[in-house]
Amino acid sequence: MSDVTVTVNVNGSSRQLTVPAQELLLDTLRERLGLTGAKRSCDVQVCGTCTVLVDNEPVSGCTYLTADADGRSVLTIEGFAQSDEFAEFEQAFVERAALQCGFCTSGFVLTLKALRDAGELRDREDAIAGLDGNVCRCTGYKSILEAAEALARSPQGSETLAAGAGSTSAPAGAGPTPATGHTEAVR
Amino acid sequence: MSSTPTAPPGDALTRVGRSENRKDAGEKIRGKAQFAGDLKVPRMLHGKVLRSEVPHARIVSIDASGAESMPGVVAVLLGSDLTEFDPYWGHAIKDRPIIAVDRVRFHGDPVAAVAAEDEATAEAALRQIVVEYEELPVLDTLEKATAPDAPRIHEQELRPGLFHGLGQLREEGGNVCYRYRLDTGSVELSESEAELSVEGEYEFPAVYQYAMETHTVIADYGEGEITLWASCQHPFLVRAEIADLFKLPIGRVRVIVPYLGGGFGSKSYTKMEPITTALSWKAGRPVRIANRVDESMATTRRHGMRCRMKTTASADGKLLSRSVRLLLDTGAYADNGPRVCATAGDAAPGPYRWQAVHVDANCVYTNTAPAGSYRAFGAVHMQWIGEMQIDQLAARAGIDPLEMRRRNLLTPGEPVRPDGTGKPLDADLIGDVEKAAAAVGWDDPKEPWTGRGVSVGLLAAGAHPVSRASVRMEADGSVEVNVGTTEMGQGARTVMAQIAAQELDIDLAEVTVQGADTRFTPYDRSTGASRSTTLAGLAVQRAAADLRRRLLETAAGAWEAPVEALQIRDGVVHGAGEQATYAQLIAKRFGFVGGEVIGEGEVRPETGSGSYAEGPVFWEVCIAAAKVRVDPETGQVTVERTATIADVGKAINPLLVERQDEGAVLQGLGNALFEEMIYQDGFLTNDTLLEYRVPRIEDMPRSMQGIIVENADGPGPYGAKGCGEGAQAATPAAIATALADAGVQMKELPFTPERVWRQINEPKETQQR
Repeated sequence: MSDVTVTVNVNGSSRQLTVPAQELLLDTLRERLGLTGAKRSCDVQVCGTCTVLVDNEPVSGCTYLTADADGRSVLTIEGFAQSDEFAEFEQAFVERAALQCGFCTSGFVLTLKALRDAGELRDREDAIAGLDGNVCRCTGYKSILEAAEALARSPQGSETLAAGAGSTSAPAGAGPTPATGHTEAVR
Repeated sequence: MSSTPTAPPGDALTRVGRSENRKDAGEKIRGKAQFAGDLKVPRMLHGKVLRSEVPHARIVSIDASGAESMPGVVAVLLGSDLTEFDPYWGHAIKDRPIIAVDRVRFHGDPVAAVAAEDEATAEAALRQIVVEYEELPVLDTLEKATAPDAPRIHEQELRPGLFHGLGQLREEGGNVCYRYRLDTGSVELSESEAELSVEGEYEFPAVYQYAMETHTVIADYGEGEITLWASCQHPFLVRAEIADLFKLPIGRVRVIVPYLGGGFGSKSYTKMEPITTALSWKAGRPVRIANRVDESMATTRRHGMRCRMKTTASADGKLLSRSVRLLLDTGAYADNGPRVCATAGDAAPGPYRWQAVHVDANCVYTNTAPAGSYRAFGAVHMQWIGEMQIDQLAARAGIDPLEMRRRNLLTPGEPVRPDGTGKPLDADLIGDVEKAAAAVGWDDPKEPWTGRGVSVGLLAAGAHPVSRASVRMEADGSVEVNVGTTEMGQGARTVMAQIAAQELDIDLAEVTVQGADTRFTPYDRSTGASRSTTLAGLAVQRAAADLRRRLLETAAGAWEAPVEALQIRDGVVHGAGEQATYAQLIAKRFGFVGGEVIGEGEVRPETGSGSYAEGPVFWEVCIAAAKVRVDPETGQVTVERTATIADVGKAINPLLVERQDEGAVLQGLGNALFEEMIYQDGFLTNDTLLEYRVPRIEDMPRSMQGIIVENADGPGPYGAKGCGEGAQAATPAAIATALADAGVQMKELPFTPERVWRQINEPKETQQR
């Protein structure tokens, strides 16, 4: 199987990667880049533990080819956690104990971020519809839904929507990660 | 479990009983929490397992030469390699080879394992291994396995494992590997006197725990020493079993447990550790095996069951007798089947006063994946059946189901086991069930095709009462709790930290709790059976109190004052006109800026041996109420409301208690409405999450209420007792009784639209009158 070389912006840094054509984005992130916040579970795009954002859209890293990420921006939980916006998500989840084992949590957080950025997290019904692709086995969802409702209520959502439409998902004001980034070859 | 050594500082419980944020929340939400699959060990290889393509066969030959010669392949492990050890393991029954020796007993039984430089190479190498099978008759159902002429799935003598502890094995041969009986009074006599009786045959499906993190193990077989990083709930039992299997002293096996991505029993006892260790032994390098979902489904599951139950009562609704025969499908290997069987036997009578009870519970080998622990095992199997029969008798006696329970439920202090052995009832069940019923609007008017139900049960909880802990204070006053409890989502690290903070009267932020490393962490039997807060928590409380005593003695010595004259407020010791922080006291003790003070705590059986028969440590209350709506056109059941009781004695962290039960409700709802492993001729037909349906967010009941009951009647710290399983046993039962109240009596779980529709439209004979 042949290799492909792709340029992907990962959490604000441009990365040039040469990977087998069939390599999955989840494996690239976890095994090559050490970004283990996205988890592997069902392998068939049902459970959402491997969710990352590609150009602001949630995708399942378990079924998304790294080759298809060429020229795109990938945001993982590690990158999102560096942003100012993250604090609100953290507070919403932590105060409500809306996580237990934590295996699915990054997928829920990133899905909610994408929903809210797209203006599709306005109320409880939006959250239920939008989180259909994320399974949590521990919480029974009630606490996650409460966190989602809190995020839906907060004004930050509309501000982010207004300011962030069409922009890259590079975290604004990201701490150690430069927003414009540098090119780094990883093999 | 004797009383706490000294009273906690001050009078008030200020650090426990509070809904503190989870200690692990920050690293989990940031994606920084490490699970076994996130770890890399130097020189680590990747292992994959070749699993049997057939459900039952003799292995004629295996040719692995194609795999062995592939670039990147370091080792191939076959049964023929295992001449140096007795390859059979199993904590209850030593019936499971590390890897198939001469026979495969289920579709998915490990036949070979490959270690390679990367996972893709290992996987490709599996396809180069040629196995020739001579197929044997497939006993894929309980009927076939228990037929009089059924061949034995295990021909060899059954040997008890290290942690069997449940009495006799296989009394009468065949495929029954364990039998548990309760007998009291004369069921025949009671049945002949009873005016009312109900009887039925019921089926409970095999289900998959689906901890989202699959079983993942890194094993490093070094020089006379084995190190494991494992997604396991019971590191100390794994350690003992690996030491026994590979003939090493216990201290030469080290098990390190990172965070677990869910457990629910699926990671209890030993699972993928033996095969990973053996592969590392063969390869001479550390190896990681990370199961995929279909492999974890072939590693453990919940027991399917067939049950015949008959319950009788007098015309005025006094319960008289119950007779139960049940067969549990434990699959190809016993795993925890014997304990599941005993627990189901214990749960079968239900918490009622009986004249006579007969329970005959049988654990049966079949040619399907091995079945083990899953949250509330035994109780979840039996409660829905028993409670539906209670409701049927209530209806025939003309009594409200709640009133029927008021009249017949056990009260505190009454014996739970009908023969009077073991722990008597330690909870107010009548008070609890009334609260649950009220929460779903028990007396509200009812619309057509809706129903409300309650369910009451008990689960033998606590397992063997052995837990130790140490609490260590560093020179700066920071504290580490060393306790073997595995953090798998339940919030144990937070609760243990709160207990230590309470005993030392310090901020929660000062306390750290890490995962177990058996080289350093004191022994704890296991994380399961709702035992951790109660038993490991008590050990932590005692260890922290021991540390406090040592610190007070240091102060007393320095100030030449009696210990009784000293007080602790907010981590500062006062007395004799002096005051000092803990850090200052440690500096006084050592005359130096270093050193540490360690307190130790231990929990062991107070009397007797702590055996299952003497137990349980406590009876976990399993109470729920539900309101359901059924669509008669489609058979679709919607659970609209649930209320569950967390009868926890004392909630160390009330929010975490509620959150536990919410999770248990949804798992119970999955068990009731969707989840079912479907075998056809010994082949699992739905081994992906596409076909195995777990509850999603839209399946959540519109209202889920968790009610915490605190009667300080538990044996744990501050009167606490465990939770988290009761709601799982009680939820399918409450849904079943509510559905019956809506007019649909079901005898087979899950209540899929098709089954419910058929029951409405093509009703079979439902009960004996």
